[in-house]
Amino acid sequence: MKTSNSLWTKKLAGKIDPRLADEIDEFETTIDLRSQGKVDEKLFAETRLRRGVYGQRYDNGQRYDGKQTRKLEYEERHTKGPNTAWDAPGMQRIKIPYGGVTPEQLELMAELAEEYSDDIAHVTTRQDFQLHFVHVNDTPAIMRRLAAVGITTQEACGNSVRNVTGCPFAGVCRDEIFDVTPYARAVSEFLLGHPDCQDFGRKFKPALSGCRQHSCGLTTMHDFGLEAAVRQNNGTEERGFRLLVGGGLGAVPHQAKLYDEFMKPEEVLPTAQAIARVFARLGEKKNRNRARIKFLITDLGMEEFKRLVEEERKILPPDPKWSELMQVAESTETPLKPGAELPDGALDNEDFRQWYDTNVRLQRQDGYAVATVNLPLGDITGDQLRDLADIVREFTNGTVRTTVEQNFVIRWVSKADLPALHAALNAVGLGDPGAGNIVDIVACPGTDTCKLGISSSRGLAAALRTTLAENFFNLDQAVKDLHIKISGCFNSCGQHHICDIGFYGVSRRVNGYKVPHFQVVLGGEWENNAASYGLPVAAVPSKSVPQAVELLTDRYVKDRQGDEKFKEFVKRIGKVEVKKILDGIGALPPYAEDSSFYVDWADPREYSTEDIGVGECAGEVVSLVDFELAAAERLSFEANVALDEGDPQKAGETAYRAMLRAAKGLIKIEYLDINDDPNKIVSEFRTRFYDTEKIFDPFAGGKFANYLFAAHDRQGEAYNAEKAHHTVEEAQLFIECAHSCYARLGPEVS
Amino acid sequence: MELQHITVKVFVEDACQPDLETFINIFHAWIQKERLDELLIDVADYRHVRGGPEVLLVTDQADYCMDSADERLGLVYSRKGPANGSAQERIGQALSGALKACRLLESEYDAGNLRFSRQNFEVLINDRAIAPNTEDTHTQFLPDLENFVSTTFGCGFQTERETDARRRYRLRVQLEKPFELESVLKKLS
Repeated sequence: MKTSNSLWTKKLAGKIDPRLADEIDEFETTIDLRSQGKVDEKLFAETRLRRGVYGQRYDNGQRYDGKQTRKLEYEERHTKGPNTAWDAPGMQRIKIPYGGVTPEQLELMAELAEEYSDDIAHVTTRQDFQLHFVHVNDTPAIMRRLAAVGITTQEACGNSVRNVTGCPFAGVCRDEIFDVTPYARAVSEFLLGHPDCQDFGRKFKPALSGCRQHSCGLTTMHDFGLEAAVRQNNGTEERGFRLLVGGGLGAVPHQAKLYDEFMKPEEVLPTAQAIARVFARLGEKKNRNRARIKFLITDLGMEEFKRLVEEERKILPPDPKWSELMQVAESTETPLKPGAELPDGALDNEDFRQWYDTNVRLQRQDGYAVATVNLPLGDITGDQLRDLADIVREFTNGTVRTTVEQNFVIRWVSKADLPALHAALNAVGLGDPGAGNIVDIVACPGTDTCKLGISSSRGLAAALRTTLAENFFNLDQAVKDLHIKISGCFNSCGQHHICDIGFYGVSRRVNGYKVPHFQVVLGGEWENNAASYGLPVAAVPSKSVPQAVELLTDRYVKDRQGDEKFKEFVKRIGKVEVKKILDGIGALPPYAEDSSFYVDWADPREYSTEDIGVGECAGEVVSLVDFELAAAERLSFEANVALDEGDPQKAGETAYRAMLRAAKGLIKIEYLDINDDPNKIVSEFRTRFYDTEKIFDPFAGGKFANYLFAAHDRQGEAYNAEKAHHTVEEAQLFIECAHSCYARLGPEVS
Repeated sequence: MELQHITVKVFVEDACQPDLETFINIFHAWIQKERLDELLIDVADYRHVRGGPEVLLVTDQADYCMDSADERLGLVYSRKGPANGSAQERIGQALSGALKACRLLESEYDAGNLRFSRQNFEVLINDRAIAPNTEDTHTQFLPDLENFVSTTFGCGFQTERETDARRRYRLRVQLEKPFELESVLKKLS
């Protein structure tokens, strides 16, 4: 934990968007309150998750060391969530809408990786960044530094709208329908922190794609997927979107269902808002395993779901942002250099040609290309991030994006510069070929850092990558083109359902020992926006997976008919035959003869599943009212601090705001659309809670509610120390009264 | 300047080319046998990236890492928790942490085939709020480091400063003659 965190508050004062600054200040105060035991641990857990502050393996204070499970005796005794030690290292997720980053942001990411993490930034399958081994007390400083370069971590985890992903080739793709970048930005901006998106039972993931046939957007596995579409309207081409809803992977994958074949851009945001309201109102809240919107749609049926959304759409209060944000021009990216052809003879250089074949994609703009920077397991060091920033500046106008395959793409490179670009990337260890190929393996964190990991997905990915890369240029082209994706458990964070050969971690008992295994998942499809999902075929020991890949691909090359795709090949020969191919590699030598099968990749500990903990992917179910009451508590605390600092005016005004916030929370039990206007809040509160006596204390009656009314009437008056002191006390009593009222009236949520 | 988060890198001698996987096994064994004073948490494997951390041992107060940044393999001790004492005592604490780990690694690595340099090391301040890589930081830090090196090693030395202002403030120290590990550790204890 850094001793200098407060210095960043001073250094960056005035350099951060005020809304983000307030948000971070509030979070920092909540950290202080939690460390004093003044905020409930579940509420704190969901609060930090909604700022991307995630738990990590072993944060429950125990770890299996290969012989026994050992207590990790952290100094601090309080927790940052249920059974989650405060001082245990955690993860910070950083949202990057549609993967768009600038060189300046890459440099900042390098600084954060070096100073707060382990010098590694990890690119995720949702185009986010993740930093691991981060202390929770450092997170406000991290957020401030990010905010100063225009990045937020808000709603990166928890039961919220996650990062809006988008095709990284949008705007330059040769066969896209139109550039979805500006629309992705609009969806992201509109849904971020939206009041109607704060009461979900689980997360909600949007994605945009510029076409239907490629995989860059993966719209069919999203809760809310938009695919670019056009139609003719009186001889004019009209833009719109094909809207898909209710897709998702997880343990039970669902293909998204068609909601609308063609939706006009101006209808996208209100429809998203209406869907959010229906999901918040009717989505499962108690059973976390059925709380994603895919289950709600399955239960209701698309017709009924659509009817409910349309009903909701009709009663939405109009919002000018619906059209303002969607009235977008084409992306504003421009090239740094004139487009030009590849120099003669460039492809005679074997190293360059291999990289060009796999990592370069020609843009629809003549003379330009997109180059993919292939990151092993999505990891990049601080130095490499700075080097990449320099390279992006040297060859482009700062046009770089992250991808869902855990890579970067550098856009708008003049083709004439490609050899020099490759040389520059090579010099810093970023010039590997094989992007989007069998060696470009996607893996979730698995047992490295995830609390739910069963087997080492990253260890397996690294081993497979090494094996396959050694022989890459001898592989048949059909094999080179395959995709491998690996998850450490059945939850699909590695997206094992949507590839040619997928794996997910399982455990088996063999010869009296637990042995790490992977289920082989076949039949999935990466193309066509992940149009079909694979199914498990057989479990093989983790250490035998490279052999399994070799057997499957050899047979594919041998028996492939014409241009048959791997998925079609598997379907044709059938699962019984596939199982036969894998027969035999499940048998292990006795432990005494070869113990290497009984440990996981790059981990000498005798294998165990004892470290599996409770994941935080599902977040904590915390109601909107809980959040508002917690905010009221935080303001009350700030009022107290202002009093101590001899600022009665600030103390009195903040205490009044605390009461307003608590009142607003109660109103939300009945009326979600309450805004921040103090007059409206007091009026609604009076009508709904005072006049009905719902707020009345059994002994004190309406006494505490009157504190709010009195403070409201005093608005604009000067506070002296005594008056401020009284108001601060009254605010706390009013908040207690609001808690009691909520306990009497609020919905029961476990 | 309130000097904190000091990082020290001690280079592996050029003649040694250790197998990095061995460090995974050694670090796991350290956790099992509680070989260090800190709370030992986990081991991370980053051998797939180039020019950075290779194998990392995470503890509550510091990270220990076999690291190949700048194309030189070495053991990095990176202090995370706050350190007490004067600036020179804090540098001493970080160097001591690094050298103790080097001593352990030398003794546990296969057949003694690993040796860390007794003449070269780096000192880095892993906190840009406290110590951005500027002339001002250099002016403030250098006297403390020079005094520390003179007192601890008792020989002449040269320093070389990191020139890229975006990278962290870092000084590479080249001693005129090799030091004796045990006596330095004794001095720092």
